[in-house]
Amino acid sequence: MKEILSLDHVSYTYESEEGEPRKAVDEVSFTVWEGEWIAIVGHNGSGKSTLAKLMIGLLFPENGKLNVFLEELNVDNLWDIRSRIGIVFQNPDNQFVGSTVQDDVAFALENNGVPYDQMVPRVHESLAQVNMEGFLDHEPHHLSGGQKQRVAIAGALAMRPKLLILDEATSMLDPQGRDEVIKVVDELKRTTGLTVISITHDLEEVLLADKVIVMNDGKMMMSGKPEAIFAHGDELEAIGLDLPFASRLSRFLREEGIAIQGEHTTEEELVNELWTFHCNK
Amino acid sequence: MLEKMIFGRYVPGDSFVHKLDPRSKLLFVFLFIIAVFMANNTITYALLLGFTLLVIFISRIRLYFLLNGLKPILFLIIFTFLMHFIFTKEGPVLVDLKFLKIHEEGVRQGIFISIRFLVLVLMTTILTLTTSPISITDGMETLLNPLKRIKVPVHELALMMSISLRFIPTLMDETDKILKAQLARGSDLTSGTIKERIRAVVPLLVPLFVSAFKRAEDLAIAMEVRGYRGGEGRTRYRQLNWQGRDTLVIIIFLVLVTALVWLRGGS
Ligand SMILES: Nc1ncnc2c1ncn2[C@@H]1O[C@H](COP(=O)(O)OP(=O)(O)OP(=O)(O)O)[C@@H](O)[C@H]1O
Ligand SMILES: [Mg+2]
Repeated sequence: MKEILSLDHVSYTYESEEGEPRKAVDEVSFTVWEGEWIAIVGHNGSGKSTLAKLMIGLLFPENGKLNVFLEELNVDNLWDIRSRIGIVFQNPDNQFVGSTVQDDVAFALENNGVPYDQMVPRVHESLAQVNMEGFLDHEPHHLSGGQKQRVAIAGALAMRPKLLILDEATSMLDPQGRDEVIKVVDELKRTTGLTVISITHDLEEVLLADKVIVMNDGKMMMSGKPEAIFAHGDELEAIGLDLPFASRLSRFLREEGIAIQGEHTTEEELVNELWTFHCNK
Repeated sequence: MLEKMIFGRYVPGDSFVHKLDPRSKLLFVFLFIIAVFMANNTITYALLLGFTLLVIFISRIRLYFLLNGLKPILFLIIFTFLMHFIFTKEGPVLVDLKFLKIHEEGVRQGIFISIRFLVLVLMTTILTLTTSPISITDGMETLLNPLKRIKVPVHELALMMSISLRFIPTLMDETDKILKAQLARGSDLTSGTIKERIRAVVPLLVPLFVSAFKRAEDLAIAMEVRGYRGGEGRTRYRQLNWQGRDTLVIIIFLVLVTALVWLRGGS
């Protein structure tokens, strides 16, 4: 397996005028391998966006080492590395640069000097990947939030990145828009083997991940498979995180003395367990 | 009221004028504005007016739609006309009402100036009605490209313009939202003295500015991570395409100017 990204005791502190500066990211280490889907969760201000900014070189670590595609990020390789990472932010309106869908998708291609005759097929291809090929000439204010985010993903895909970072890309969307976006990313990951790092509050998204990283006050609190993470229900709730509905229900049932077995993160698993439990009674 | 104003609006279509390259249209309108000032007698003014009507016909914009949309400006034209009518005191008297004498020269000047004004407004309106703002920006950028030599930031200006155009609807929506939020909190913009009304606008502007700055910051980051580092080494997705009809437009202009020079009265 190829390494995509690695953090080795990375720290970052924002300069602030008042008070003691607090580390926004504190001695964080982890490695991301090709084709993985990583979810990063944590309360507001726990340093998730700062991590994303470090990965794309908007900020540089004050301590530790951060390698992207096996190279240490520095001023010389910054633009080259950025061209191989796609990132989508939270607010659908504030990252739509072009005046129409196709202009916006072409923006990164223009910036990287891709010739015109290659741009056209790439724009169409990327929009097809997010199911937006019918919207070439639409203007942003005639699109829904979910559609805008899918255009933003297409804009990132146009450069054919190896890594896609989503920084709360679905948090401003309605449930339908969120589902559209998650579905598109999930499909991309399965068909193209794209590596995805998704910073999220959404539990559905967390459950899709191969690995979850929990951030608390700038530190990495734990990491592991989603089921393993949700087994630490109390600790997660103590730092202000939600649990999936099924996990919560299964905990309540156990507290009531119903002896169901194992951890359940999806409703289906819980229903199956309840049937098994019912039949064995 | 604002919906009816068409000055500066774009109406998509597929007429000959719509299909022209923005560069030829911009160039034409710019040169036309200069040429208008060459007219100085009845026949040249008639020629300009006739030509403009022909362009309107070719662009398939309905005359009624155009005039209705330009109503506020038409009032201004009629006003100028009346001013000349009343205040120019040259030439033989045409009508003599006791309190007002209308001179021949006044009528002539009034009509000429009004035609000049009308023709200018109509031509520029046709330009914006038939060309999308983004095409106008593209056209301007290419036409002004030589100015880069003397360090005019042409690319940056064009980008600024296209981003502003892109954000106008977004900020309008936002203004509407803030307005409703403030109305729900009991702010009243429609009554009271001027001072009170101005004061009521402040709680509207402050959140709007705060959010606009936040947007600008987000947008700058979004542009940077997508590899934007100025105009250097950038390719263009929007290609402009100069065709036979664009050359034709320039030839038509030359014919028009020749006719104007030939027909204008010696002075
Ligand atoms: N530009 C900045 N200047 C100073 N401090 C900042 C800046 N950006 C973030 N911080 C601080 O750094 C800490 C981490 O912020 P960060 O944005 O990484 O959190 P987050 O996990 O993304 O939160 P959220 O869930 O709200 O997006 C916070 O305490 C925040 O106040
Ligand atoms: Mg954040």
